[in-house]
Amino acid sequence: MRLSEHTYRTISTIAGPLLFVKRVQAARIGEVVRVVMPDGRSTDAEVLEIDGETVLVEVYGTTQGVDIEKTTVTFTDAIKKVPLSPEIIGRIFNGSFLPKDGAPLFIPEKWMPLTGAPMNPAARARPADFIETGITAIDGLNTLVRGQKLPIFSCAGLPSKEVVAFILRNARLAQADRSFVVVFAALGLTFHEYSFYQRVLDEMRTGFVAFVNMADEPVMERLLAPRFALTVAEYLAFEKNMDVLVIITDMTNYCDALREISTAREELPGRRGYPGYMYSDLASLYERAGRIRDRDGSVTMLPVVTMPEDDITHPIPDLTGYITEGQIVLSRELHQKGVSPPVDVLPSLSRLMQKGIGEGRTRADHRNTANHLYKYYAKGRDLRRLEAIVGRDGMTKADLPMLDFADAFEQEIIGQGAARRTVQESLDAGLVLMKKYSLEVK
Amino acid sequence: MQTGKILGISGPTVSVDLKGLKLYERVFVGHGLLTGEVVRLERSHAVIQVYEETRGLGVGEPVKGLGMPLTVRLGPGLIGGMYDGLQRPLERMRKEMGPFIRVWKEMYGLDYMKRWDFIPSVKPGDELQYGMIIGEIQEGAFKHYLMCGSEQGTVARIASGDISLDEPFGEFTGGLEIPGCHEWPVRMPRPYRKKFAPVTPLVTGQRIIDFLFPLARGGAAIIPGGFGTGKTIFEQSVAKFADVDIVVYVGCGERGNEMADLIAEFDELEDPWTKRRLRDRTILVVNTSNMPVAAREASIYTAVTMAEYYRDMGYNVLFLADSLSRWAEALREISTSLEEMPGEEGYPTYLASRLSSFIERAGVVETMNGRIGSLSMILSVSPPGGDFTEPVTQACLRTTGAFFMLDTSLAHRRHFPAINWFQSYSLYAGDLSEHYCREVAPEWEELRRRCNQILQQEESVREVAEIVGIEGLQDADRLVMRVAERIRTEFLGQNAYSDDAFSPPDKTLVLIRSIVEYHDRAAERLKQGATLDEAMKGEQ
Ligand SMILES: Nc1ncnc2c1ncn2[C@@H]1O[C@H](COP(=O)(O)OP(=O)(O)O)[C@@H](O)[C@H]1O
Ligand SMILES: [Mg+2]
Repeated sequence: MRLSEHTYRTISTIAGPLLFVKRVQAARIGEVVRVVMPDGRSTDAEVLEIDGETVLVEVYGTTQGVDIEKTTVTFTDAIKKVPLSPEIIGRIFNGSFLPKDGAPLFIPEKWMPLTGAPMNPAARARPADFIETGITAIDGLNTLVRGQKLPIFSCAGLPSKEVVAFILRNARLAQADRSFVVVFAALGLTFHEYSFYQRVLDEMRTGFVAFVNMADEPVMERLLAPRFALTVAEYLAFEKNMDVLVIITDMTNYCDALREISTAREELPGRRGYPGYMYSDLASLYERAGRIRDRDGSVTMLPVVTMPEDDITHPIPDLTGYITEGQIVLSRELHQKGVSPPVDVLPSLSRLMQKGIGEGRTRADHRNTANHLYKYYAKGRDLRRLEAIVGRDGMTKADLPMLDFADAFEQEIIGQGAARRTVQESLDAGLVLMKKYSLEVK
Repeated sequence: MQTGKILGISGPTVSVDLKGLKLYERVFVGHGLLTGEVVRLERSHAVIQVYEETRGLGVGEPVKGLGMPLTVRLGPGLIGGMYDGLQRPLERMRKEMGPFIRVWKEMYGLDYMKRWDFIPSVKPGDELQYGMIIGEIQEGAFKHYLMCGSEQGTVARIASGDISLDEPFGEFTGGLEIPGCHEWPVRMPRPYRKKFAPVTPLVTGQRIIDFLFPLARGGAAIIPGGFGTGKTIFEQSVAKFADVDIVVYVGCGERGNEMADLIAEFDELEDPWTKRRLRDRTILVVNTSNMPVAAREASIYTAVTMAEYYRDMGYNVLFLADSLSRWAEALREISTSLEEMPGEEGYPTYLASRLSSFIERAGVVETMNGRIGSLSMILSVSPPGGDFTEPVTQACLRTTGAFFMLDTSLAHRRHFPAINWFQSYSLYAGDLSEHYCREVAPEWEELRRRCNQILQQEESVREVAEIVGIEGLQDADRLVMRVAERIRTEFLGQNAYSDDAFSPPDKTLVLIRSIVEYHDRAAERLKQGATLDEAMKGEQ
């Protein structure tokens, strides 16, 4: 084992973000490598693969300016670590952890590995504490709990930003004395999107930490920024006992970056060109949400996924849905009908809802009320199809109220507009509407 | 023990210069003694699949061959435990290293210090052969029959009473020890004398299964479905309520929170058949999606070997895996890093044969000691995009006897379990109906036929309704629609979060009988000239 740095000038190939370095002694997988270009600029890189004395290195930043003759490559014998301190709250960084707000880096009290470590399943506490977002489609019908990972599935052009902003402004924990710290990771954002989020974050009374990779910044940073964000989140949650809400937007840019880099590595492409290990890779991010037995903090995650071609079976939403604890699905159709937020509750789901609701948590009738709302709305949606074929006259008297209920449900219950509702208000609104259409609640 | 060194590293595979290794031999890799297994041998080097995170591993680090394949340890104390894919006890790992698994280290699945009370059933002079029972230990509620392992011979001395696995349980003539536990290679099915056709039902407590698509003890079923269609809830419900002795549950490449939930529930809930704590009949193997991929690949083998071990004592064991697709994907990741020629969807071409030889480990057998034990399997499958034409579902269909097809549209309208009643099937149904008719009620089969008939009629009536409107239907047809709806919501639907989560066969029978009889009486009244409302009223 080497215990010090080794420097080489033996690059043999440069291909996109990848460098092959020859005649390297004792490199280690994941080792941090510093690449210094002839003009003095430097960038970090990481050892990906080793074959004898040939080492494949992946550059974090850009390889523009790297040459074969003069560029030096230094193997540092260290694994990528993230500097941490409570002073990180309030700071904004780029996707390489360089301050973007003009202030100098804080003095770290601790360093933790970027990739984190899997949480022992036996150490997890089951998430069960209700989070009120103020949105009926979530609180009433697809309840979010502390330590859950619940993505928002959106389509291009739908107001996912506004939904995220609403949650940032309105999310409340059940424990009155606790509030969220937000860790925000922006991946491949346009300037327009970024300035929107910046305004929202600036208004927040509780703290936030942001990692921002803009659309014109290095693709590799899109893979790093969420890991920085999650390492910071784990630190704040499990070492500093805070409740951390992690927002990552947009995971579709993350996956596209993963595909781009996988292609550069000449890996075998899987479905739609995404690498075969994308499930495991996404899991290494999403599974970092959670709670730990005997500790107070929590990491709750709300990633945003834009479904390419509005297709929920596309590998990005598909693999995400297979890992996360449900999904909130936005619908183009509802958006066109003017429903805001345009949440389609049928394909939406919160897998951890059952533990977070009921007597003593939200309200005793929560489960039953939600089940009935679902039942009648689903039935109403079915009847809409029938109505389109046979017309209103072909329907039975018993079916008509359900048909009308479905419309009212979309406009009044889901389409709450800009107003915040408490969970009580959400449930009451549902009960009132069912009563109005004489739908029985057993 | 031979040693060599690492030549290259790529993802979960490592090439080493160690000579004399055998295929599937277990190897310690690097300074951290990571566990690996030889997956390819060439003249100049061997390729090893490493079961743990390879980050931080360097070329030149040492490797050691252990001279034997990947094994699990089998002995008393497994029940109630929770292990990773290599049978390391997760609870002990948590106590020793905290909530995150940062370093992987060798830890045995068995507790060698725990004291047991051993009652021998052999005496000096007895001839012991593989699989014979040498005595018993009370393991919780179970009699744990200790079986002779690969060490065989004539008993010279046998222990009795208070003992731990650290001590010899006896001695053969010639001085060889008789151990209280043994190791078994996970990829090798444990032997048995003979296999029987599965003909007795495995009651799951899920009405749609027990009534329409029954599973047999020793049978194998798959439950494929897109995300959110109810695979996990189904597997967990069956784990809670199935009428078996022991359940082995593998969380293979899925969520950590889900497992935390399961553990907590199993501590709280009781087995409805024996009223004992569920935890006390369950073995959990957990390799979540963020734990190393190669150990995920091994996890189903680790688990099934423990399941076979209890089967060999004559128990009815149920093996549940969620999800088999994650195992197949792990296989694919390893195959890719070995640069093997990919088959369909990038899976290795041996996917189907690996799967079928795995599923063949299910069955009803006469064990080496003459008892009858069974190993049944219910495997969840997660097809990409919910498309069942993909290789894993298709390969499973060829070897399993029952197919419980989850339907996304049912799940979206919150009909659970979202098992499609037209597309699903059970090849065991024919053999089992006799049993249900004899043990539960003679009319079981007839009710089943009627139930299917009403559901099918609803389907054709619905087609008519789409042309003429519901108001345009005959009363008898509208009655069928109402009754079918009752069958769907009150009978086939079963909410896992309510008291109805478990439905024993008599309850299943009472429910369906009352719905079918309701239909017949209302139909009779219609014939006598009553209106639909009148015909249906008389009932409620
Ligand atoms: N039998 C059931 N009763 C009530 N709800 C169910 C049932 N089965 C599934 N669900 C609902 O569907 C959700 C998804 O189920 P799950 O088993 O986690 O799906 P999968 O494993 O297929 O992704 C659950 O969180 C629950 O809300
Ligand atoms: Mg699942």
